[in-house]
Amino acid sequence: MIEIKDVVKEYETGTETLRVLNNVSFTIPEGQFVAITGPSGSGKSTLMHILGVLDTPTSGTYVLDHVDVSSLTQDDAALVRRSKIGFVFQSFHLLPRATVLRNVMLPLVYAEVAPAERLIRARQALQASGFDESRELHLSNQLSGGQIQRVAIARALVNNPAMILADEPTGNLDSATGELVLQTFEKLHSEGRTIVLITHEPDVAERAERIIVLKDGVIIEDREGKKRKHNHRT
Amino acid sequence: MRTKDLIEEIIFGVSANKARSGLTMLGIVIGIASVIAMLAIGQGSKDSIETNIQSIGSNLLIVMPGMQRTPGSTVSSGRGAASTLTLADAKALESLQGVSAVAPDVSRRSQVIARGTNTNTQIEGTTPEYLQVRNVAIDLGAFFTGAQVSSRAKVAVIGPTTRDDLFGEGADPVGEKIRINGMNFLIIGVTAAKGGSGTSNQDDAIYIPITTVQAFITGSESVSTISVGATDSKSMTDVQAAITSLLLERHKISDAASADFSVLNQSDLVSIASSITGTFTTLLAAIAGISLIVGGIGIMNMMLTAVTERTREIGLRKAVGSERRSIVGQFLGEAVLLTMVGGGAGVALGYVIALIITKFSGTATHVATSSVLLAFGVSAIIGIVFGFYPAQRASKLDPIQALRYE
Repeated sequence: MIEIKDVVKEYETGTETLRVLNNVSFTIPEGQFVAITGPSGSGKSTLMHILGVLDTPTSGTYVLDHVDVSSLTQDDAALVRRSKIGFVFQSFHLLPRATVLRNVMLPLVYAEVAPAERLIRARQALQASGFDESRELHLSNQLSGGQIQRVAIARALVNNPAMILADEPTGNLDSATGELVLQTFEKLHSEGRTIVLITHEPDVAERAERIIVLKDGVIIEDREGKKRKHNHRT
Repeated sequence: MRTKDLIEEIIFGVSANKARSGLTMLGIVIGIASVIAMLAIGQGSKDSIETNIQSIGSNLLIVMPGMQRTPGSTVSSGRGAASTLTLADAKALESLQGVSAVAPDVSRRSQVIARGTNTNTQIEGTTPEYLQVRNVAIDLGAFFTGAQVSSRAKVAVIGPTTRDDLFGEGADPVGEKIRINGMNFLIIGVTAAKGGSGTSNQDDAIYIPITTVQAFITGSESVSTISVGATDSKSMTDVQAAITSLLLERHKISDAASADFSVLNQSDLVSIASSITGTFTTLLAAIAGISLIVGGIGIMNMMLTAVTERTREIGLRKAVGSERRSIVGQFLGEAVLLTMVGGGAGVALGYVIALIITKFSGTATHVATSSVLLAFGVSAIIGIVFGFYPAQRASKLDPIQALRYE
């Protein structure tokens, strides 16, 4: 459950105050697959940072999984990210020169999960993201783009988060691999995961169950995805 | 974050870029190795100088004749050339408080012959107290007695080096005859090797009763030096003053500045030598310390580069839930690991360098445990000091900026 209420984000740029998000409010129930979209400068990246507890709103409240996370210290925010959020980034952000398993287990290392448990959960997550198990000991820089993003998705799943937050996950992939990644999200959604997808591509956004369109820091549209029924398999 | 995981991340971080880690470590290796080698040379020189001085005898005071000035002339023949000290002076010193033994001696170089071979060595005319005062032990036979001194006996005790030269290495010459200055002497003993070197080599000498030397070789009443053993090291200064005032009185000299003798205190020699070698060691260590600081700056430079290069990684680690102190721990740990491994390798290299120096130049070296511990401690501190700023910088990175960093 994600509750965003009257969220305002302002940046001080010298003498001017720039309002990037202007009274944004929405609620995402558990298990929903939501796309947040909009043109560049619409404030979707800022909203992504707030949703990911990487940044705090200037005013308004953000309740994630019944916990108010609107204003946390850096270390408390890290604690929330570690336990409740799984990130998938446009540029993957895998540790170079580290094995697939090591990459997937990284959030569990910070969460102080026991080593044996880590391995079990990492393998489960890799399986859920559709990664080829025989390659779990490959180094991350020996993989193709599609494989890399699946490792990243597995890493987002491994701590069993309240929300998977994907920031332009198909942005650096060709359309065929991008399609595979989107199918993976759909599969995870069908398994009951809450997914928030940030994208500027309308085609990608339409794959979600619900689409929130931002423009100039305000929500201008909040509707169901068009292609959803077409692709929906369950 | 668990400590074990932190250590694993640290090792992973350091081993991820082996070439750079290795080169950075090299700076510390060289710094520590030079500190170890330099301190080893300093300590070794100090030890060997002190051993040399101690081998002369312990708690030793040496009374030497002063300069000889012919009346009406300004020509000085140099310290020790005058013949102002006598056996009577030596006898008088025995009664002073704090004096354990007094050994006057007359020394002269002379040609000696034995069994058709000959050598030129130091003839030391002295008394049995010499053994105690100058720390000489007997290896074979015996030293001459007070009675033999009184009777001007023609007996000789030879040093092991002289024995080797005249009779062959390890031979037992006791009972053999030796010819000095045209007179036959009976060898009654051999002193134990002391390992001195140079002109003060007590192993290359022949000891005969002082009265015999005065009567048959020098033909003079004077003695070359008087060695005085003090009962303990604390009373050395008092004894030195007592000797000076007694001899001034005996020689009827009122002004201490114009004394015809001088009293050398062995502990003065030791402390002078120590302060010289100490300065020398400090100088060497300072030079080595500079290279250690340069190595530390190398560590800092590498860690700062690593923080910049790994900005995205830091961003990711923060995004997946790393606390600030875990990031600090990782980067600080990497710096400390580099310096500790570098320090260990440096100690080993320094030790090898010290061995090589000893082997090829003959300079004594001594790698003290304290300098090894010091080097380790210093390298760990360097890791912490020079790793702290980069680690702080890494931990303060904004995750959003860091993730976006190209």
